[in-house]
Amino acid sequence: MANWKKAPIREALGKTLVELGDRYPQVLVVNADLRNSVKSIYFMEKYPDRTIEVGIAEQNMIGVAAGLASLGFIPFAVTFARFASKRAADQISMSVDYCRNNVKIIGAYAGIFTGAQGVSQQMIDDTAAMRAMPNMTVIDTADVHEVRSALLFAAEFSGPVYIRIGRDEWPVVFDETYTFELGKGRWLREGSDVVLLNSGILLPYAVEAAELLESEGISAGVVNMPSIKPIDAALINDISRNVGAIVTLEAHNVQGGFGSAVAEVTAANYPVPIEMIGLRNEYSESAPNDALLEKHHLNPPWIAAAAKRALDRKNRLRC
Amino acid sequence: MKILTPEEISRLEEIARQLRADSLRLIHRRGAGHPGGALSAAEIMAALYFQVLRVDPQRPDWPERDRFILSKGHASAVLYAALARRGFFNLAELDNWGEVDCPHQGHPDRFKTPGVEMTSGILGHGVAVGAGLALAARLDHAAWRTYVLLGDGECQAGLVWEGAAAAAKYRLSTLTALVDYNDVQLDGPVHEVMPVEPLAAKWRAWGWHVLEINGHNVRQVVEGLQTAAEIHDRPTVLICHTTKGKGVSYMENQSYWHGNVPNADQLRQALVELGEVQNG
Repeated sequence: MANWKKAPIREALGKTLVELGDRYPQVLVVNADLRNSVKSIYFMEKYPDRTIEVGIAEQNMIGVAAGLASLGFIPFAVTFARFASKRAADQISMSVDYCRNNVKIIGAYAGIFTGAQGVSQQMIDDTAAMRAMPNMTVIDTADVHEVRSALLFAAEFSGPVYIRIGRDEWPVVFDETYTFELGKGRWLREGSDVVLLNSGILLPYAVEAAELLESEGISAGVVNMPSIKPIDAALINDISRNVGAIVTLEAHNVQGGFGSAVAEVTAANYPVPIEMIGLRNEYSESAPNDALLEKHHLNPPWIAAAAKRALDRKNRLRC
Repeated sequence: MKILTPEEISRLEEIARQLRADSLRLIHRRGAGHPGGALSAAEIMAALYFQVLRVDPQRPDWPERDRFILSKGHASAVLYAALARRGFFNLAELDNWGEVDCPHQGHPDRFKTPGVEMTSGILGHGVAVGAGLALAARLDHAAWRTYVLLGDGECQAGLVWEGAAAAAKYRLSTLTALVDYNDVQLDGPVHEVMPVEPLAAKWRAWGWHVLEINGHNVRQVVEGLQTAAEIHDRPTVLICHTTKGKGVSYMENQSYWHGNVPNADQLRQALVELGEVQNG
């Protein structure tokens, strides 16, 4: 079993925002009274004149960011995913997405691993809301390096972007050389029986599940797919044709999220059995991360069990 | 109006002191929570739950009960302490607060904690929800009242004012809001993060009856709430001037203590200052 080095994800967010400030004079940060939590405080300490604080008013945050973007600035609106996405959903739809304003919306504390604060500070349906917006780019992130790389991408990219980012100390899967690519998935591990297709913070558990499966003689591939929209349809089609069984993983409700996005591709092109790991149309609660991983069946043994179900369905289809 | 006796005032002050100590113990044991805004609201919560609110701990669903919404849901510790001391459940139930399957959530959850009227934690919603409750009471010809406690930083949220407008339009005199005006929010002083002044004039402009009181004076809180019940043509807001982290010297007025947890030494010092344990 992998012995992961861990690093705090929100620290990576804070530090990368400073790096963006260093690189791009047009980058601004818009806060909503959570800069100490999401660590955009670091940007404010270095660039106080490029920091806007709107207080607890996320709809206003998006409006202000849209106005700034329309004049050529690159505003990063940074707050908890719950407030960054659906609280301001109408404002995002009209003033950012429809208007194609170059606003970067950073949904920190996405998913359920949010420091034991419970449902009101967790977010399990932001991907669903944001990927339904026609012009939005939607990215989920797995570790500190993917956070940094996705943020660098967002600053370079012209157009609205929504990035999901976790909070806590979390296993580091990638290294400094990692580069996010829009619309591209990447094999971490080859496999011929079933593929674990991950977007976001459950990636280390996908890797561990593949090791578990290997010990049982099952060849499980692992593919990481941070770009939820646009999605890597070509790779999904390849996996469907050549492997024929998929498990999707996300720290999000399985209805409407990454798994649904993958299923949209397979249903249209090459239908294969899919099992979805994520919140099973349920809310979470306030508890330590390890307990929530187990309670919601997100742990490697549960992932391996889902892989076996997908493989079993594949084999029955082919009989 | 009922005038509180000196004994009643002392009783409520003692309850507020206990709620502070309970809150800090709970937050320390859980390793998470929001001490500053729990301490600033202690007298408000004592006055509500131990003098004003008509509730029955044996019957949390009693239809005629008054409704209280903790719109500043992050101050859950002081709400849980008040509910427990009022008899809704045993304080020991919170020994595993923060662990999986514990019914009592980080932020209040009405399906999980008896006595919690409305799930909260997303700031700005309380007044709008409270307006809905007060409208429902009117439609039902019911006599119960609705109380909403919100934070001062929360008044930055536009939704507060949408709810306030609706409550004024429908002259919801059974709705009373209380603002815990401690002038500190997570990221710093409210007057720096995003000023809310002139707060009283804003509520007045929105059509509310406004009272400004010392939120740490239990007599003023109780009398303010009694006055609100005598205003029959509009909702009332009590702007309660308070101190964030009240009662613990190192926490007072410090935004750091909005959402950080005292360690064992800090907890002990706090409990000494609150008169719970002897020093040394």
